Amino acid sequence: MKNTEIISVNSLTKRFPMGLGEFTALNGIDLTITKGEFSGVVGPSGSGKTTLLNIIGLLDNPTDGDAVILGSSSRALSVREAAILRRKHLGFIFQTYNLLPVYTVFENAEFPLLLLKMTAGERKRAVLDALEWVGLSDKVGSKPAQLSGGECQRVAIARAMVKRPEIVLADEPTANLDAENSHHILRTMLKLNEDLKTTFLFATHDDKVISYLKRKITLIDGKVSRDETIIR
Amino acid sequence: MIKFIIKGLLRDKHRSRLPLIVVAIGVMLTVLMTTWITGVLGDSINLNAKLSTGHVKVITKAYRESMDQIPVDLSLTGTKALITELKKDYPSASWVERIQFGGLLDLPDENGETKSQGPFAGIAVDLFNPSSGEAERLNLNRILVNGRLPSASGEILVSHSFAEKLGISINDRVTFIGTTMYGGMTIVNFTVAGTIRYGITALDRGSVIMDISDARNALEMEDACNEILGFTDVEYYDDSKASELMESFNDSYASDNDQFAPVMIRLRDQNDLGGLIDMMSGVVGIVSFVFILVLSVVLWNAGLIGGLRRYGEVGLRLAMGEEKGHIYRSMIAESLAIGTAGSVIGIALGLSLSYLLQQKGLDFSSAMQNATMLMPGVFRTRITPEAWYIGFIPGIIATVLGTMLAGIGIYKRQTARLFKELQS
Repeated sequence: MKNTEIISVNSLTKRFPMGLGEFTALNGIDLTITKGEFSGVVGPSGSGKTTLLNIIGLLDNPTDGDAVILGSSSRALSVREAAILRRKHLGFIFQTYNLLPVYTVFENAEFPLLLLKMTAGERKRAVLDALEWVGLSDKVGSKPAQLSGGECQRVAIARAMVKRPEIVLADEPTANLDAENSHHILRTMLKLNEDLKTTFLFATHDDKVISYLKRKITLIDGKVSRDETIIR
Repeated sequence: MIKFIIKGLLRDKHRSRLPLIVVAIGVMLTVLMTTWITGVLGDSINLNAKLSTGHVKVITKAYRESMDQIPVDLSLTGTKALITELKKDYPSASWVERIQFGGLLDLPDENGETKSQGPFAGIAVDLFNPSSGEAERLNLNRILVNGRLPSASGEILVSHSFAEKLGISINDRVTFIGTTMYGGMTIVNFTVAGTIRYGITALDRGSVIMDISDARNALEMEDACNEILGFTDVEYYDDSKASELMESFNDSYASDNDQFAPVMIRLRDQNDLGGLIDMMSGVVGIVSFVFILVLSVVLWNAGLIGGLRRYGEVGLRLAMGEEKGHIYRSMIAESLAIGTAGSVIGIALGLSLSYLLQQKGLDFSSAMQNATMLMPGVFRTRITPEAWYIGFIPGIIATVLGTMLAGIGIYKRQTARLFKELQS
């Protein structure tokens, strides 16, 4: 693996049992993502986007082949080692935000830092920075129920970014947002990508997201059908 | 992290309210059941001790063999010296002489002929010596129905229903017909000073209480009695204290093989009370076990429902890099907090109700009319030191156990599956 490659997917295959047979979600995928990319896996529903993201995020294991994340092979990592790698270096953004409803904006963003056992002072600084990046400094004490969908997704971005991970995996992050909010959060993520050099990998079929990508990897029936670099 | 968990618990009522209510109710019932059973059994044992068995009892070896027949001819003699010796050797205990005997009570008409007659069981106690404490021990002032307590020689108390059955009125002269310690017949007249009601059929059917000096005269038992009752310095019977006392006393008479040699027996050796004592000491364990079992099943289900509701949260935490074990442990820590809080609330409620029932009691005397056991008519709880902490055992163990069982689902489910549920 070259120095700048932080994700390397080699002959990756994932099959799921289905009835008496099997369904092949990913079929021998080869892919390399370098540091600082703002790229996305695109394709229709059922093409294997989320499955690929789950394997790269060490949430699922491949049937065949391998995914090497930050130099660690998914096949060689134990469950505990995978959790540690996720905790330290990976951030996740979900379609449904998945904020913890009983906690405030500050506490939701703070949660990943609690797992890293940072001191209260360090946590406070990092959370306030992250909320400033996403423009929610005035909402620290609000609960998710008091926020709009766009604001909730911005909290989710702050939560993913607060520990300054190497990679952020975003699965359909704009699916529940209107156009204005979608553009807002995409601009926010693009800025973080440029300022902090964080690698963003999206799974999406939303044209608004695709319009921001610098690299578009198209999956059809579990195979990479196109891999294009977009110059903007 | 602990602060974070506690915040979540306090704010998420769905997560804490149901288990808290279940634990509080379960613990309250545990405390109430424990104090209730301890109280009722303890009072029954206490009643037996006061009326009949003492905490320990000194009798002759021969009397022990046929104690259920209360044979006065097998009584202890030289009891003044024996009482002095007991008081000297075991000064912390109280020692009283009693004579239990049987006979016929005859009510004559104006011509001196028998008007009515019936058999009775008599208890002779030291009534005229206030320092003996026997009137208080037998609760005579409370159970007195008509008349007054005997204040002079020749006066007796008769159980109320027995008096009604024979047609005896207060101040009537009645005749006791019985057998002396030496086998002779004795006929002595007494005046009925009052009538009493124990609320226990076995006693109310036909009993007579008189001063021990009168019984001694009637039964020719000078310096003799058939039972010396000992009461240790604790209000409720303490089996280990009684056993210690018994072993010490019996050791000193071990070499005396005379059938009239004194021997000490414990309360547990009499009237089948051993089983009751064993039940009482085991009751705390049994009640705790039953409530741990029941609460665990309920909380297991509550945990499963809560766990289903929190699959999304678990998936998120896994995605963020929290380990399954850590999530599992944090859920157990949550349950520990709920268990402790629920136990404190449950114990407070349980003790409050127990205190109320200890003071007021529940009157079952009408239902106990036909009871043949010596049991109190009013059932009361009894708050023992263990009632203050017993609730924590089912409260905490059941909550943690229920969560542990429910939480196994976290381990059984694949991370990807949990994550998928998070996304759905």
